[in-house]
Amino acid sequence: MSSHAPLSPQSSLLQQRDPAWAREFEAMLKAYEEAGGKPDILRAPKIASAVIHANRVLSVNQIEGITIEADELEHGIHARINVAPGTKVDYPVHLCFGMIAEEGLQEITSEFEIGGGAEVGFLAHCTFPNAVELQHVMDARVHVGPGATMRYNESHYHGPRGGIEVLPTTHAQVDEGGRLETEFNLVHGRVGRLKIEFEVDVAAKGVAELVAKTYGSDDDEICVNEVVRLNGKGARGLTKTRAAVRDRATSEVYTTAEGNAPDAVGHMDCTEIVRGEATARNVPVVVVRHDRARVTHEAAIGSVSKKELETLMARGLDEDEAVDIIIRGMLK
Amino acid sequence: MEADVLLNAQNLLVRRPGAEVLRDVHLTVQRAEVHALLGLNGSVKTSLALTLMGISGYEPERGRIFFDGQDITPLSVTERARLGLTLAWQEPARFEGLPVADYLALGMKEPTRARIEEALMAVALSPAAYLGREVSSALSGGERKRIELAAIYAMRPRLAVLDEPDSGIDVLCLEDIMALIRRMADEGAAVLLITHRDEMAEVADSASLMCGGAIINTGTPAEVREYFAHRCRPHGDLLGSQPWGEDAGGTYQRVVSEGVCDE
Repeated sequence: MSSHAPLSPQSSLLQQRDPAWAREFEAMLKAYEEAGGKPDILRAPKIASAVIHANRVLSVNQIEGITIEADELEHGIHARINVAPGTKVDYPVHLCFGMIAEEGLQEITSEFEIGGGAEVGFLAHCTFPNAVELQHVMDARVHVGPGATMRYNESHYHGPRGGIEVLPTTHAQVDEGGRLETEFNLVHGRVGRLKIEFEVDVAAKGVAELVAKTYGSDDDEICVNEVVRLNGKGARGLTKTRAAVRDRATSEVYTTAEGNAPDAVGHMDCTEIVRGEATARNVPVVVVRHDRARVTHEAAIGSVSKKELETLMARGLDEDEAVDIIIRGMLK
Repeated sequence: MEADVLLNAQNLLVRRPGAEVLRDVHLTVQRAEVHALLGLNGSVKTSLALTLMGISGYEPERGRIFFDGQDITPLSVTERARLGLTLAWQEPARFEGLPVADYLALGMKEPTRARIEEALMAVALSPAAYLGREVSSALSGGERKRIELAAIYAMRPRLAVLDEPDSGIDVLCLEDIMALIRRMADEGAAVLLITHRDEMAEVADSASLMCGGAIINTGTPAEVREYFAHRCRPHGDLLGSQPWGEDAGGTYQRVVSEGVCDE
């Protein structure tokens, strides 16, 4: 196991003279761009970032208030990301994970520690452009300190072949007055098999908002399982899931919101669009353990709206084009 | 003049579950003219609009629709749109995640920012304020309505069917809408203006009056407005708001032959 804690500028320069490193790094940047990222940002000194290819830490850039440590393991890495209390970060921390190979396993374990009163955003791009038989496992522990805000946006790009399993698991704790907003996007390329497990405990006056957007085709399998426990007075939670499936793809969304304290407010919002022989399922579970808590849910599963479809067709789009625009809008 | 006819609907019969909706409808619209289709609420004007556009569920059981001489009766909505026919819905759809700029560009053969901005300004909306907004529930009904009209204007159709463009629009904006309709005609588009407000027909070159699923009067806007204003009266007592209700068959006969319009 080797450790990067972090890469110093000197070690980065040494690495950059290594042709193998340069090829690997450039390949990841290209894949990162295909996934919607901007490669120049990963070279910008004022933006904290990390690039991870398979089990190799290709680059790390830290800025004041943010430390990124990474240990290389046999099949992945273990990362510790700390944001010092009170740190306000102007630019999101950029994280790039992926594998260029067609086959293999990447296991990322991570710990995010957001100090009290800090405000930070993360933009993570996970790219597997050539996946044929590949597994990407993530296990994250997140702690959002009192009054802190963490925004985490993760976008995936999987290429056209669908031979990938993505298994992200997150356990999060939001302290009093803290805020955690996450958004997971897998709307470009094939999904393959996706199973999201996310659970979060929210203390008094804390907020957790979990958004997941996925677009499955062919025989893709999507499963989202989210649990929000609103444990403190005035805690608030939202799960918002948008899934579109076509061909023979399946989407299963299980969400649980627990109102365990006075004035806790939770809401679960799920919309799934089904085309062809695809199937979708939504199972919301509402648990209320206090008579002053309130938890609601809404779900809509079906085809695209006939009126939306015909409106776009009356502009000259054919049915497939219109459906695609409607779905991509919903997933935007 | 036959050569000037752009839309020619002949003898249309459309049934919805349980009843006739359109009965022997004949309608012509000339090139680059504004033709007002007047009628009280429930006179089935919207069904005619949906039939002309080819919306599913409104396929004619009898009759033909010709567009620029071509029989478009069997054509899909998309195929009709690609010939230059389009429709602005009375209650426009909402599109989550679709920016106004993209929505306007969808129907344009060669989208330009200048045309998109021109279209928004034509409906009294500021491009700076609206281009990046979504055509979703974040917009009010009136805003969506104006954006719908802007989208129609931007695409330069040959015939725009505007279903009650004045509904849900504040009174102060009506003049803008009427000016836009006139402007479309001046730029070469024909407009079928569907409305129950007879003053909207001021902007038209010709007009028809619809009642109980039939067109019962066609002429100059002044003639049809006169007929509409003085001889039509609400027929909710006879029809209710759904003309294809349980007793629609018999009621239709009474409406037309016994005088909703005081014939």
